[in-house]
Amino acid sequence: MLSKSFKGGIHPDYSKNLTKNLPIKTLDIPDQVIIPLVQHIGAICHPVVKVGDQVKAGTLIAESEKLISAKIYSSISGKIKAIKKAEHPVIGSCNAIIIDSDKTDEKETLTGDYPVKMEDFTSQNIIDIIKQAGIVGMGGAGFPTHVKLSPPADKKIDTFILNGAECEPYLTCDDRMMQEHSKEVLKGSILIMKAVGVKKGIVAIEDNKPKAIEAMRTSLNEIRDTRYELRIVVLHTKYPQGGEKQLIKALTNREVPPAKLPFDVGCMVDNIQTAYAIYEAVYNKKPLYERVLTITGDAIKEPSNLRVRIGTPISYIIEKCNGAKDSLAKLINGGPMMGIAQYIDTAPIIKGTSGILLLSEKQVNIKEPDPCIRCGRCIEACPVNLIPIDIARAAEYGKFDIANNANASDCIECGCCSYVCPANIELVHLIKHAKRSIQCDL
Amino acid sequence: MRSMIHVTSSPHIHSKESVKKIMWLVTLALIPSGVWGVWVFGIRALYLIIASVLSCVITEAIILKLRKKPVALNDGSAILTGLLLAYNVSAELPIWVICVGGVFAIAIAKQAFGGLGRNIFNPALAARAFMMASWPTYMITFKAPKGVIDALTSATPLTNIKHNFGFVNPGYMDLFLGNRGGCIGEVCIVALVLGAIFLLYKKYITWHIPIIFIGTVGVLSWAFMGNGLFTGDWLFYIMTGGLVLGAFYMATDYVTSPMTKNGRIIFAIMCGVLTFVIRKWGGYPEGVCYAILLMNAAVPIIERHTKPKRFGGNAHA
Repeated sequence: MLSKSFKGGIHPDYSKNLTKNLPIKTLDIPDQVIIPLVQHIGAICHPVVKVGDQVKAGTLIAESEKLISAKIYSSISGKIKAIKKAEHPVIGSCNAIIIDSDKTDEKETLTGDYPVKMEDFTSQNIIDIIKQAGIVGMGGAGFPTHVKLSPPADKKIDTFILNGAECEPYLTCDDRMMQEHSKEVLKGSILIMKAVGVKKGIVAIEDNKPKAIEAMRTSLNEIRDTRYELRIVVLHTKYPQGGEKQLIKALTNREVPPAKLPFDVGCMVDNIQTAYAIYEAVYNKKPLYERVLTITGDAIKEPSNLRVRIGTPISYIIEKCNGAKDSLAKLINGGPMMGIAQYIDTAPIIKGTSGILLLSEKQVNIKEPDPCIRCGRCIEACPVNLIPIDIARAAEYGKFDIANNANASDCIECGCCSYVCPANIELVHLIKHAKRSIQCDL
Repeated sequence: MRSMIHVTSSPHIHSKESVKKIMWLVTLALIPSGVWGVWVFGIRALYLIIASVLSCVITEAIILKLRKKPVALNDGSAILTGLLLAYNVSAELPIWVICVGGVFAIAIAKQAFGGLGRNIFNPALAARAFMMASWPTYMITFKAPKGVIDALTSATPLTNIKHNFGFVNPGYMDLFLGNRGGCIGEVCIVALVLGAIFLLYKKYITWHIPIIFIGTVGVLSWAFMGNGLFTGDWLFYIMTGGLVLGAFYMATDYVTSPMTKNGRIIFAIMCGVLTFVIRKWGGYPEGVCYAILLMNAAVPIIERHTKPKRFGGNAHA
């Protein structure tokens, strides 16, 4: 197994020690949650509640009739205060449902005509309940899971991959989930395999998470389900191994072609917390209204792994972790490599938020770029074989046709090129700009 | 919420490398060879090194000022050029010649093309070629190394061969340690290799260019430089002239060599072939400088044909 890997990538300072040994704590319910109507890739949801309505944790509050979308549930019990534009951690701002807590935390479960016994669940039952629970990919992209689990009939899936790589530095929530909820995660994985009708599954974990590997091995032996061939593969730690295309390459040596999806090479990749959410939906009829995230960095007083309700404002989480240090220079939604810097701390956490990172001036290290000295480090580091500096230069001069010819759209925005650039050139920033401009032109 | 918060695109962490650090550590790696040059060729070598560095730095400062750019001398690039330029000349060279060379290196070869990162030709080598064309007598008068008592000047081992003075091998040990005539910074192989090992360890250079370059020259010399096929004294040929200095420190110059790995391999092979061709049939005894300069010009075409394979490009799905 040791030889398996992908080309390029980097070995950053992982800084996972801050939180990797801290058990998951459940955060208190905030007085108010802000639940954005966009938390997934696909159509925006329409509210199905009105201002003044009483809701419980688990009450459906928004949905869309469009094929690619995901239902949204209230995460607390209380009263709808407003439906208005609010801060969003990824897209800046969008319409959101704002709910005031009544502090009772009453809950509502999914209803529907489902078999009583687990064995009687058909593949369609599982996909239906995933759709009903509003589950999306929880690694960050937020693609609706029920759509992912229903690939076109001509795409034959032969390998399911549970993505436990958690390659982003600092983040440890998936590591903790595998340690503390290994059985649930594995049962969720088996549900996914059943839903897509695949027999072979791989649990991929990087070798910097020995406790998670141990826990998953133990649980896998306990729940051994002979109908499914599920095994654990330990990968050499390297960023961005948790990227779908890199993970598939490392495990199966298959390359997902440009603009294609994992199912085009017979693979299906799902995140640890997605598998857990599926378990919760199927076994406990619980819709997706909370998740586990890591709040960390050298500018937060008490780094933690927390179970939080969707819609909890970032400011509330920071406050509950004893606040930010004075050295705070950057607030990030997500990890340090791909996360999004926040200009304000009032945005809420959404289904795809895996971390909140507070970095000090020392870590942020903002410098003016030097001229490119053509060292080629960005090319070495690029996991999708691009020449990042060529695309960035084209973008700088507005030559988007050149950027397009250099395959700018293949970029996965992993950040490796910017990380290694000795001249501090904002390569990812420029390439993102090129990608957006190319999209607009098409 | 503090208003002093930074908002930038990802990634939010960065490796500790910088252009400045790279330039200064390459300079550091070159110091042992220069110390040896001063030791064997006398204090005049030190004056030349200082004059060359000063000439480069002052020219850089003036031109950056004229171009209304920040005068970023501490990036070390002008100092490195000055050092390499001095390493590529004889310790007998008049001081004013190297000063003109320094001005040429920075003003013409570097800044006229747009400054750091934009030059096509390695500035030190371009200046060397310029001085060679302008003052050839000065450039090929070499001082004998310390210990050779009855000679003030001496030909380099390669010059002896070129002018049919015969094949004089001063001994591999003397070649390796640097007891021979030659340019200030090229003679001591052991010092150059030590610096190169440091750069390889720091991953500032990869083995591809230097090893393939030297290997190509070695194989071709073994095959064709002897009295019959495959009788050439390859060890002699890879240790003489500026090959080790050129292969590890000049051909690996980021700015003027290809960025892709395959490009670097082609570049190195062609540098080796050209060095051999010039040494064997050319008018000059030494071919490294011109070989690298010619290949510098070929970098864009090499890069055009060595683009990395598109990820997933060959798969059929």
